[in-house]
Amino acid sequence: MELALKNVTKSFDGFTALNGISLDIRPGELIALLGPSGSGKTTLLRLIAGLDFLSSGQILFGDEDASAKSVQERNVGFVFQHYALFRHMTVLENIGFGLKIRPARTRPPKSEIRRRALELLELVQLSGLENRYPSQLSGGQRQRVALARALCIEPRVLLLDEPFGALDAQVRRELRRWLREIHDATGHTSIFVTHDQEEALELADRVVVMSQGRIEQVGTADEVYDTPNSPFVYSFIGDSNSLPVRVDNGQIWLQDRTIGLTDPTAPNGPATLFFRPHDIELVEGCGGCLAGTVVTSRRVAGTKHVELEIGGAQHRIEVELPIEHPAATKSRLAFRPKRWKVFSAQEQPVYHTSPAPVPAQSVLLQRAAV
Amino acid sequence: MSDTASTLPELATYHTGYRSPVTERPHTRTILIGLTVLLLCLFLVLPLLSVFVEAFQQGVGKFLETFSIPDARSAIWLTLLVAAIAVPFNLVFGIAAAWAIAKHRFPGRAFLISLIDLPFSVSPVVAGLVYILLLGTNAPIGGFLYENFNIRIIFAVPGIVLATIFVTFPFIARELIPLMQDQGTGDEEAAISLGATGWQTFWYVTLPNVKWALLYGVLLCNARAMGEFGAVAVLSGKLRGETVTMPLQVELFYNEYASVAAFSLASLLAGLALVTLIIKSWLEWRFGDQLATGTRPH
Repeated sequence: MELALKNVTKSFDGFTALNGISLDIRPGELIALLGPSGSGKTTLLRLIAGLDFLSSGQILFGDEDASAKSVQERNVGFVFQHYALFRHMTVLENIGFGLKIRPARTRPPKSEIRRRALELLELVQLSGLENRYPSQLSGGQRQRVALARALCIEPRVLLLDEPFGALDAQVRRELRRWLREIHDATGHTSIFVTHDQEEALELADRVVVMSQGRIEQVGTADEVYDTPNSPFVYSFIGDSNSLPVRVDNGQIWLQDRTIGLTDPTAPNGPATLFFRPHDIELVEGCGGCLAGTVVTSRRVAGTKHVELEIGGAQHRIEVELPIEHPAATKSRLAFRPKRWKVFSAQEQPVYHTSPAPVPAQSVLLQRAAV
Repeated sequence: MSDTASTLPELATYHTGYRSPVTERPHTRTILIGLTVLLLCLFLVLPLLSVFVEAFQQGVGKFLETFSIPDARSAIWLTLLVAAIAVPFNLVFGIAAAWAIAKHRFPGRAFLISLIDLPFSVSPVVAGLVYILLLGTNAPIGGFLYENFNIRIIFAVPGIVLATIFVTFPFIARELIPLMQDQGTGDEEAAISLGATGWQTFWYVTLPNVKWALLYGVLLCNARAMGEFGAVAVLSGKLRGETVTMPLQVELFYNEYASVAAFSLASLLAGLALVTLIIKSWLEWRFGDQLATGTRPH
């Protein structure tokens, strides 16, 4: 199912958690909402689910306006960070719950509910555990059960709130791959919230990068990593270096020296240069490049991370070099970024504060995690 | 805890003189425990025992005879009736109050919590007097009811029921609120996202999550409802065979020097307390983690 958000805004007691979010999601897409805590990603997910209500804007499920519908009417599958399994029910009862509580005319017979639940249990690779209670399962298993429970009601959209947030790294990676497989097999339009960029970049078809209640960038993993469109995205996703520079007729200056980079489109004046530690080339002799003194050098897995002090103001940056490079402390190193971007100081995004605050309503608790 | 307990003796054999930093020296411990046990025996066990001793002083026959006295019988029935009304009332009220307070945010919530505690802080006698002021036949509400519908509240069964409800108000709500607060709203959100209505969510999710705490609260509420003296004494008017509950009847018997009857009836009340205590201990032992201790089982 197609999903569209139109100018979605949410404020709690005068605080704007979401400010004018618009987004179109294609049928069958797997979308990641990525952002630091407080960016509004969980709030957005809860708004889509109907667990919180909009202050203004619209949420469309296909052609239908879902904004005013209750959670129950929206028919979404929601997976919670802390599983929220019903502790007094067995795994099978948990999975079948969404069907058992349907009104008599739409409720499948008991045997059918059981069959469906068992089928889903197989899909999430937990066959044989149907009579266990949640407390008898590991974290990873519980989250699988939670997913099966959400899938059992044949949701129109699957929403996952930091689904792997409470699990340890090993299990996370394993479940991540597995979730992608399930998504490809079932074809549900899915949205998941995460603050783990690795997870978002690896798993999602498109990543929605959020900050302070706004969308910073929407794009594939390659797009948001290779061509970040704002200083925030540059520094939030992946490692990056930033240097305060000045643009003069397209020439980029670091203090009193040009650094051999030109950007004819950049307006004159102060700006910030961004580049990734691994997107550099070393140069011999420095006529128009960046040069610095090595401060420290450490080995991280297969590469050498070298920290440099650049220029008179001693800005610290980090570059990645091959292991065999003999960079020693206090030695000088000259390089030029291969892929980079300057953001003019005037271009810095301005965050507008909220319009008139609208009283918040909530289904259960008003204070949602943001 | 059990792990620590099983490793401690072992450690002790390896390191002579070892003791955990938070435990006391052996003789300090002995003194503390001894003192506690002594005080408990002196102030709790001994009086309780003496009740039974007094009751059976002249044999089982005399003891049983008490229960054929009409006044005693009607007191027992009245007590059962009062508990049978007050406990279900507070069950409904307690669940509703706990649900409202633990799962919702609204203005005046903190005030409501203190209000629920009011019966704990107000003397039962005062509560009784307030009801007389409000509902006596000379008071506006009570007078209206009496003149128009011939309903007497004060010095009648309704008054006793009211007083009992007032006194036992906080028991169930107090038991449920911390547990429900601790459990949060995650399970309920999961249920409604799966399509459950509010009632289904309550019935299939919220209630099972608190059932043991609820049972515990009902037990405590019941014990208090049957044993309440102060507020009931003010409102009952002590019409023999009509508005006298067991605790009041015990006092009446005692004042008339019918000490065997008084203690026999008292021993029934004490027996009830003991049964409550046993069930309560069993519940704590079996479902301790779910009984308002602030932990989630998983």
